[in-house]
Amino acid sequence: MRWFWVDRFTEFVSGSHAQGIKNVALDEEVLDHYCLGFAMLPPTLIIEGLAQLGGVLVHEVFGFEKRVVLAKVGSVKYHQPAKAGDQLIYRVRLEGVQERGATVTGTSHCEGVLQAEAELMFAFMEDGYLVEGPLFNRGDLRAMLRLMDFFKVAVTADGKPIPTYENL
Amino acid sequence: MTLSQDEIFEKVQEALVDALGVDEEETTKEATLVGDLGAESIDFLDIVFKLEKAFGIEIPREELSPEDILTNSQYVQDGVVTPDGMQELKARMPWADLSKFEENPRVQDFGNLLTVGDLCSYVESKVNQ
Repeated sequence: MRWFWVDRFTEFVSGSHAQGIKNVALDEEVLDHYCLGFAMLPPTLIIEGLAQLGGVLVHEVFGFEKRVVLAKVGSVKYHQPAKAGDQLIYRVRLEGVQERGATVTGTSHCEGVLQAEAELMFAFMEDGYLVEGPLFNRGDLRAMLRLMDFFKVAVTADGKPIPTYENL
Repeated sequence: MTLSQDEIFEKVQEALVDALGVDEEETTKEATLVGDLGAESIDFLDIVFKLEKAFGIEIPREELSPEDILTNSQYVQDGVVTPDGMQELKARMPWADLSKFEENPRVQDFGNLLTVGDLCSYVESKVNQ
């Protein structure tokens, strides 16, 4: 099973914000397990989608050099279920950056209506903590980002294409 | 911007309630962050972010977490902070009440030292400079 909970980046401005889409499809088995008889995307996977978008936003600020992990989920509100056929628009904004971590706020909208909102905190794992070396095998993150159209939309704060990160 | 002690306390309480999921009544000035309010190491980063946002300040890592002192063999011997180490800690954290810790300054007890009142004093030292 793939662990991609964003289908595509639609906007990415370095150090500021990002936007992506998640199409909820009935062929995803996870829709069956959360609420029997009512196919919906589990709310935790909406957090995961926002975290994937937000994690890349944080990761890029540091040139993809840090070992970024979702450390804490702050307040989360779900306003309506995400059902099969829905297209969720995820937006994340970088709120704070420290040498040890970063905070991001995220929202999910469906047809213009706020569907969910969350506060996320990311931490940077120190070298040697839990595992040695980078969290991704070389090339894996680049492949994932390419699949999600990241390089097509990502720009620097002044609107230029983001640099090529050789370490990805 | 000068803030009164009450204003600072109120905002610190708000940050702690938000970060730790505790009730406001629990966040007395005497409450310790770890022992009484159940803060874990990752919560400290969250608290730092919330305080920075609430007060518009920057909190360098070493000001609230003097790990460099507590892991320095010059200042710690057999798990106990030496008199020189205590002096360093006092210089680094003039806003903290270290008197109890000083009676038996075991490094392992340092984590449970900070109280809500200490945090308020720290913030006050930053915003009312």
